[in-house]
Amino acid sequence: MIPREFEYYAPKTIPDALGLLKQFGDEAKLLAGGHSLLPMMKLRFAQPGHLIDLGRIRELKGIREDGGTLRIGAMTTENELIWSKLLQDKCPLLVEGARLISDPQVRYKGTIGGDIAHGDPGNDHPALMLVLGASFVLKASTGERVVPADGFFVGSYATLLKPGEIMTEIRIPVPAPGTGTCYAKLKRKVGDFATAAAAVMLRMKGETVQEVAIALTNVGASVLRARAAEDSLRGKAMNDASIAEAARLAMSICDPAADQRGDAEYKTAMAGEMTQRALRTARSRATH
Amino acid sequence: MAKKQAVSFKLNGRQVEVLVEPRELLIHSLREKLQHTGPHIGCETSHCGACTVDLDGMSVKSCTVLTVQCQDAEVLTIEGFEQSGELHALQEGFTQEHGLQCGYCTPGMITRAFRLLKENPSPSEEEIRYWMAGNLCRCTGYQNIVKAVQYAAKKMSSAHT
Repeated sequence: MIPREFEYYAPKTIPDALGLLKQFGDEAKLLAGGHSLLPMMKLRFAQPGHLIDLGRIRELKGIREDGGTLRIGAMTTENELIWSKLLQDKCPLLVEGARLISDPQVRYKGTIGGDIAHGDPGNDHPALMLVLGASFVLKASTGERVVPADGFFVGSYATLLKPGEIMTEIRIPVPAPGTGTCYAKLKRKVGDFATAAAAVMLRMKGETVQEVAIALTNVGASVLRARAAEDSLRGKAMNDASIAEAARLAMSICDPAADQRGDAEYKTAMAGEMTQRALRTARSRATH
Repeated sequence: MAKKQAVSFKLNGRQVEVLVEPRELLIHSLREKLQHTGPHIGCETSHCGACTVDLDGMSVKSCTVLTVQCQDAEVLTIEGFEQSGELHALQEGFTQEHGLQCGYCTPGMITRAFRLLKENPSPSEEEIRYWMAGNLCRCTGYQNIVKAVQYAAKKMSSAHT
């Protein structure tokens, strides 16, 4: 399987990449880690005439903390997230999530920005971004804007990223001390996308849920924020009954497409199960 | 047709140059232009790991990397493991522990295990299984493959002490 012919560019700076993007418009595609795009090109589902490789732009790499915000370059790879001591200390949810993505070889190439910008409802970072309250830096030749993760994912392979824009950085507020998080993901085998997965961020005050965020992967046209489930938990004690009710409310917003991973009913049930598991684990990790 | 580009990189320590269309995949350059047929074409969909090579310190599936991305890179394939007639500890391990049956997945397995041991010289069995999960073997179980990696880890660490 070999892709259709295309022209290849490897700019070394963001302005150069933006210039190429402006020049070629719809004919161009950005290449990040390539492990979603290249297989699609090999199958001829994607046939860009111009491929702009972001791999040589150093500015797009790296993880740092800046005044209570984690700033992650969009071309930072999954393995770099997994091996980051800073993230392990400050935002272990991102490490847990990255460890569940695909397989080791793919994680050397796959990038956080590519995973987010691709807009595949099966990608894992969007759910993590929603519960962490992340925002994304989108650069165009005319300037840059910062958009919140919440609202960024508008449909299957559809995001707020406009033609001519490059996602350069992911910003995540460092979760407050004592925050409990979990990403529970069911996959059939190593390397697969989620049958269903749930991300949870939880803050407790004694036995009472002070703040909670829940997002679901691959059970809708895009990542889903389970707001009714969150509302049902906030300000109340967490117990078996309230966890089951939250799972029921999370399931009520699921609308998965049936495929070889299961029918809609099974996937919805698994989204509920993953929600329960993520809530329980996040509670055990939260300071009470 | 997109113009062919000259791409030069280091392959098993030797400088090489190939003339490729941008769409040519690294696995094809290695096998067809450079006669390095150790990396195998398995699934072609980035799943099986038979085409795994080491690229600038990363294990990658060479069916999902463009050759033009490898300008100035350092590539290591199974052909680079044996040194002056002596097998690498991993090759010895796969022999001693019978870590293979048909051998199709073996070059990818060994190349992947090489990078794993560079990053973690004494991995636990669980770590070996987790970090080798991108390589599939269709003949048999993974038990002897795990043992082969453990064999090499032991031999390599004792060589350092």
